[in-house]
Amino acid sequence: MGAGPAPASYAPAFPAAERQPSDPAPRRWPSPATMPSSALWAVDLFGRVYTLSTAGQYWELCKDTQLEFKRVSAATQCCWGIACDNQVYVYVCASDVPIRRQEEVYENQRWNPVGGFCEKLLPSDRWPWSDVSGLQHRPLDGVVLPSPHWEWESDWYVDENFGGEPTEKGGWTYAIDFPATYTRDKKWNSYVRRRRWIRYRRYKSRDTWAKIPSKDDPKQLPDPFNDLSVGGWEVTDEPVGHLSVWAVSLQGKVWYREDVSHPNPEGSSWSLVDTPGEVVQISCGPHDLLWVTLWEGQALVREGINRNNPKVGSSWCIVEPPTSENGIMHVSVGVGVVWAVTKDRKVWFRRGVNSHNPCGTSWIEMVGEMMMVNVGLNDQVWGIGCEDRAVYFRQGVTPSELSGKTWKAIVAGRECDRSHSGSSSSLLSAGCFFGDEVRGGGDSCAPSDVDASSEAERPGPEQAVPAGSLESPRASKGSSAAGLGASKTTEHAAEAASPADQTPRPEPHPCPASTPAELPWTNIDLKEPKKAPSQSAADCPETAGLSSLGMLPLGLEEPYCADDHPLWAWVSGGGCAMEPHAVLKWFTVQSGLSSSVQTLSPAITPAQTATWRKQIFQQLTERTKRELENFRHYEQAVEQSVWVKTGSLQWWCDWKPHKWVDVRVALEQFKGHDGARDSILFVYYVVQEEKKYLHVFLNEVTTLVPVLNEAKHSFALYTPERTRQRWPVRLAAATEQDMNDWLALLNLSCCESRRVLGRPSPQAIWSVTCKGDIFVSEPSPDLEAPEHPLPCDQMFWRQMGGHLRVVEASSHGVVWGIGYDGTAWVYTGGYGGGCFQGLASSTGNIYTQSDVKCVHIYENQRWNPVTGYTSRGLPTDRHMWSDATGLQECTKAGTKPPSLQWAWVSDWSVDFSVSGGTDPEGWQYASDFPSSYHGYKTMRDFVRRRCWARKCKLVTSGPWLEVSPIALGDVSIIPESPGTTESGHSIALWAVSDKGDVLCRLGVSELNPAGSSWLHVGTDQPFASVSIGGDYQVWAVARDGSAFYRGSVSPSQPAGDCWYHIPSPPKQRLKQVSVGQTSVCAVDDNGNLWYRQGVTPSYPQGSSWEHVSNNVRRVSVGPLDQVWVIANKVQGSHSLSRGTVCHRTGVQPLEPKGQGWDYGIGGGWDHISIRANATRASKSASQETSGEQGLPSGPSSVASAPQEAVGPVCC
Amino acid sequence: MTDDKDVLRDVWFGRIPTCFTLYQDEITEREAEPYYLLLPRVSYLTLVTDKVKKHFQKVMRQEDISEIWFEHEGTPLKWHYPIGLLFDLLASSSALPWNITVHFKSFPEKDLLHCPSKDVIEAHFMSCVKEADALKHKSQVINEMQKKDHKQLWMGLHNDRFDQFWAINRKLMEYPAEENGFRYIPFRIYQTTTERPFIQKLFRPVATDGQLHTLGDLLKEVCPSAVAPEDGGKKNQVMIHGIEPMLETPLQWLSEHLSYPDNFLHISIIPQPVD
Repeated sequence: MGAGPAPASYAPAFPAAERQPSDPAPRRWPSPATMPSSALWAVDLFGRVYTLSTAGQYWELCKDTQLEFKRVSAATQCCWGIACDNQVYVYVCASDVPIRRQEEVYENQRWNPVGGFCEKLLPSDRWPWSDVSGLQHRPLDGVVLPSPHWEWESDWYVDENFGGEPTEKGGWTYAIDFPATYTRDKKWNSYVRRRRWIRYRRYKSRDTWAKIPSKDDPKQLPDPFNDLSVGGWEVTDEPVGHLSVWAVSLQGKVWYREDVSHPNPEGSSWSLVDTPGEVVQISCGPHDLLWVTLWEGQALVREGINRNNPKVGSSWCIVEPPTSENGIMHVSVGVGVVWAVTKDRKVWFRRGVNSHNPCGTSWIEMVGEMMMVNVGLNDQVWGIGCEDRAVYFRQGVTPSELSGKTWKAIVAGRECDRSHSGSSSSLLSAGCFFGDEVRGGGDSCAPSDVDASSEAERPGPEQAVPAGSLESPRASKGSSAAGLGASKTTEHAAEAASPADQTPRPEPHPCPASTPAELPWTNIDLKEPKKAPSQSAADCPETAGLSSLGMLPLGLEEPYCADDHPLWAWVSGGGCAMEPHAVLKWFTVQSGLSSSVQTLSPAITPAQTATWRKQIFQQLTERTKRELENFRHYEQAVEQSVWVKTGSLQWWCDWKPHKWVDVRVALEQFKGHDGARDSILFVYYVVQEEKKYLHVFLNEVTTLVPVLNEAKHSFALYTPERTRQRWPVRLAAATEQDMNDWLALLNLSCCESRRVLGRPSPQAIWSVTCKGDIFVSEPSPDLEAPEHPLPCDQMFWRQMGGHLRVVEASSHGVVWGIGYDGTAWVYTGGYGGGCFQGLASSTGNIYTQSDVKCVHIYENQRWNPVTGYTSRGLPTDRHMWSDATGLQECTKAGTKPPSLQWAWVSDWSVDFSVSGGTDPEGWQYASDFPSSYHGYKTMRDFVRRRCWARKCKLVTSGPWLEVSPIALGDVSIIPESPGTTESGHSIALWAVSDKGDVLCRLGVSELNPAGSSWLHVGTDQPFASVSIGGDYQVWAVARDGSAFYRGSVSPSQPAGDCWYHIPSPPKQRLKQVSVGQTSVCAVDDNGNLWYRQGVTPSYPQGSSWEHVSNNVRRVSVGPLDQVWVIANKVQGSHSLSRGTVCHRTGVQPLEPKGQGWDYGIGGGWDHISIRANATRASKSASQETSGEQGLPSGPSSVASAPQEAVGPVCC
Repeated sequence: MTDDKDVLRDVWFGRIPTCFTLYQDEITEREAEPYYLLLPRVSYLTLVTDKVKKHFQKVMRQEDISEIWFEHEGTPLKWHYPIGLLFDLLASSSALPWNITVHFKSFPEKDLLHCPSKDVIEAHFMSCVKEADALKHKSQVINEMQKKDHKQLWMGLHNDRFDQFWAINRKLMEYPAEENGFRYIPFRIYQTTTERPFIQKLFRPVATDGQLHTLGDLLKEVCPSAVAPEDGGKKNQVMIHGIEPMLETPLQWLSEHLSYPDNFLHISIIPQPVD
């Protein structure tokens, strides 16, 4: 049943027009490691901007040190700031994925009998060069870059892609007349034609402060800005990446920056928003909260901000300050919180703030005095201490306790301090910082400070000047920085700074951190720094331990003042994601020489490579040899005995009465004569007053699958027989802990009886269930045997900790995963985690992992002539709040997270991204339930629905480390060619980002499975799926369902050179592709599996798609060209399972499409990767390696071979 | 790469080949053959010598039998010390198998505790586990456990069931993620050269500056003579489970992996044998 366009339409030699000439030379951006994805931004009193990464432990000076800043306001991936020149700047963090925008111009032509199609149009026609509507004249050279921060990626070129189909003849599309529907084919009545020219521009000013251009009319231009706030990223959903940027001018006016979004980081223009008073400060939350402070001390709250109206809102509402004598000086808002600082530096929390009541109800006074506070991501709060100018973090802010518990000072040092302490051996221990000798040691440290980045701004010649004279420029700089920033909120700093000029002192250290006691203003602004007790740790462990915590409430008499902390002026947490479980190194003084201490980041922790560890392993082996080798015939002192664990569980009785039955269970473990252990699980039940039991030999169990839902902690137990029946033993425990204990124990018993322990082999087969659980199976050599392969229902699957949506492996041992939230993860080589603790888990390489997904419910309404749309439906209608099918009632209040592992992290919000589109309020209309819905109302529509989404989050652990910062949609690793063990090259890995960018990972190797950086591969549209085959053949599928082949990919040219558009099977939109050693398979939206016919080394694009099977969700083609899929439905003898692992049987070099299916584990499986399994059956290895594993022969021989593809997998 | 879990197994399954001989002065009806046994290093002598007792009692008259006790080269063996510790401390330099003399008379009251039943061993073992958890977690973990968990720890040791024991013991080896280790490390340092039975002090796994304390740090602090012997050249061996970990080994790691089932690190300081 071969299908697909005739190969004739594709000549073997590709005409130049089919290449996309645009494809720019891929550009290598700085590694993401240089700019953390999550960081706290702060400005010190000198106006220098620092970032503190959540993964790091030092403040890093912002790369662009030319400017001094008054204020900054951060979002993830970018930060806006007001510099001391009163100009607004935006700092867009570097990323491996460029910000690129497409410009398009249409070329229009009309046919005339003399010259055929030509540029001469009728007078009534559109411009020969125009925009898509034809109304605007748009010559190619008239399209200019919007600002100096953009550059052209390439020249103009013609778009060959027309709705997923390649066009011919230069991209022309034809119509009867303008404006009309255009078609690919030229007909007798095609009087006009047009084609699209495209060109990309890139934003180039990344990792630097880019001045916001002021093209506006000078009269309209705002006076210098005084405050600025960035937020609003949660008002609309991603792709757009909208940002709300608000600013306040010195005259007290409020301005809004139009059109700021991720693809347009600068926005377009400033527009004035009227306010009823003179504004001094503004704060915009991630969602719809916007508060400003008035000069008089009240706050103004903007009401009516929503998705359709992120800017204007409807009206202002005044909120009075907590006390009339001390007005509000500063406010900061989050998603559902408002914090304020009054003029007496007291900190206030606003009670009762939410979307419906943005004003809240009342003020609560908090402990502590702050210069300012800032609400960051997840409503976490940061502040600058009034006394010590340290940055404080509000600890214990959770959704249930938004006001948090206590202020905790960040004592992280700066990078310059680190180089300082690292350079001097006298400063090895933190205790030395408190001693007198540090001052004396300053001179010896001076050379190292010259290297420090903070010195970049100092003019070169001054480096030779004696240390004493360095003080004056620095002090004046400090005062000027503070002076410029001396708006109504920072007089304090100015006061502090001015005495500094009067009392210049010799100050050899540019970093205040090293000798803070010398800083002039410490005597004025701060109380005498409290020196920590210089007792040694061993003398008094209790007190020493306390001081190392650095956590003293502000209210204490003697404020904690780490001797080496910088003085801060401003902090912004809008780009800083604080995970509640994450261990940060910000709150303890780091010694800087902690090479022997375990650190989190590298895949192999230093502890595991340490000599002491190797020595212990070695000595233990020697000891065993010494003490046991010659004495094995001795009797054991303790005889091995049977061990029984018993407990109470519930068991699903799958016949009458079809319910959960209380049962006693017993696991009997015993050791056989050969030392192998085996176990039997007994389930004792009583049904209809009859005592019975069933038992399972654990060495026959093929997998244990946790089935968590909101009601039960249960798990399913499969054997080969029960896999065939689609009928597992289901058991439930009373508590999650109880279930985890049983699961871990049973898993361990299964693994031990099969002797499957430790790290999975590099050839392991990985899979993921619809619950995100990860399973791995060791392939038997017989699995791909040509004759009598091992039935795949006998495969043993064991669970790995973690939560993923996609997992892809290669036989180099490199395994990558993608979470539901798009986070990319790399396998660390550990095992266990999650509920597998203790023996079932490796000691190292297990890290915290979190994932976020959305739960969707639907609001359904019916129209009636009197009241219009109401939530009163017909008696026959679905529930007015339901799931997608309408069958299950799902109310906002009654819907719980998927299981107890998940917790809500957002409120319900309307989901506008549903297919079919929505109206501005999110409604979709239809004539009746159930029907196809559309995003606009017509006369025939009597029902409507809208989708509500709520995010929930899971925190677990597993052998996975995050590969930040780019979220992914798909990933593929090159399979190892059988028989080749080439080394030296890095391992090719391709991915598609969640936004549809195609990426190629550089530097991936067995030792560094995470790789180093992304290389962006340009495309003209967002992509969905990518796969790289054994010989660097890269295939990809775009979101519009069309397929592409990437030309010339090789180790030396990892990103290849250009895309070739491959027509999809007729009337099908492809959604996924997988490339094995030579075979290429793809799955379309309708569940059809297609095999690419005619792929040869000289003609890698193949000739046509041939249908293999339907009922397929996902395909994985491996290095032996073996084909495995996730089948949609498989019928067993007892029930049906959806989402089943299936193995294509009869796949041979001459029969690459195979003959039938073998059914494996199933019921809820979502993803499989067999791409690591290059294990060939040993007995046939000799025949196979004799060169038979060549390419499939030409189409003729395949056509003569039996074409009987077993159609539907089941039912 | 080998996993740290393997260390736990190696430690648990450590065996000492032992040759039991009846004391020459014991009155027997016929000659007593020596008895050979593999003793688990982590267990207690009186817990694993039922077979030895039976073997020798067969050749003795009932009236000549009182409480059994063991001795190695004249030193009575304390049953309440783990077997591995006794061996490391007293016999690590002698040839294998370990020669132990069995006595049924003249119980050395001043050297040994009586061990009338296995309940006494259990009580001793559990009190050690509790003391260790008091040091590690202010007793929070052990107190949160159920009676059956305590029983499982004991039965795991009693029956030499590694996974049965570790299924529970792992909870005793956990510590809060924000800490870098236990509160204090449960350890005891034994020296044959001193009168003191052992040294035990409060010692934290992490220094105030965040550095992990090492075995060397511990010894320097609580037993400086072990690392820097006063009489010059004579060196000491620092031995746990028959191996000599490097002094750079982090103490927290040692505590998690090389503790005996009673959750203590039993460290032997013995003079370097002169070969």
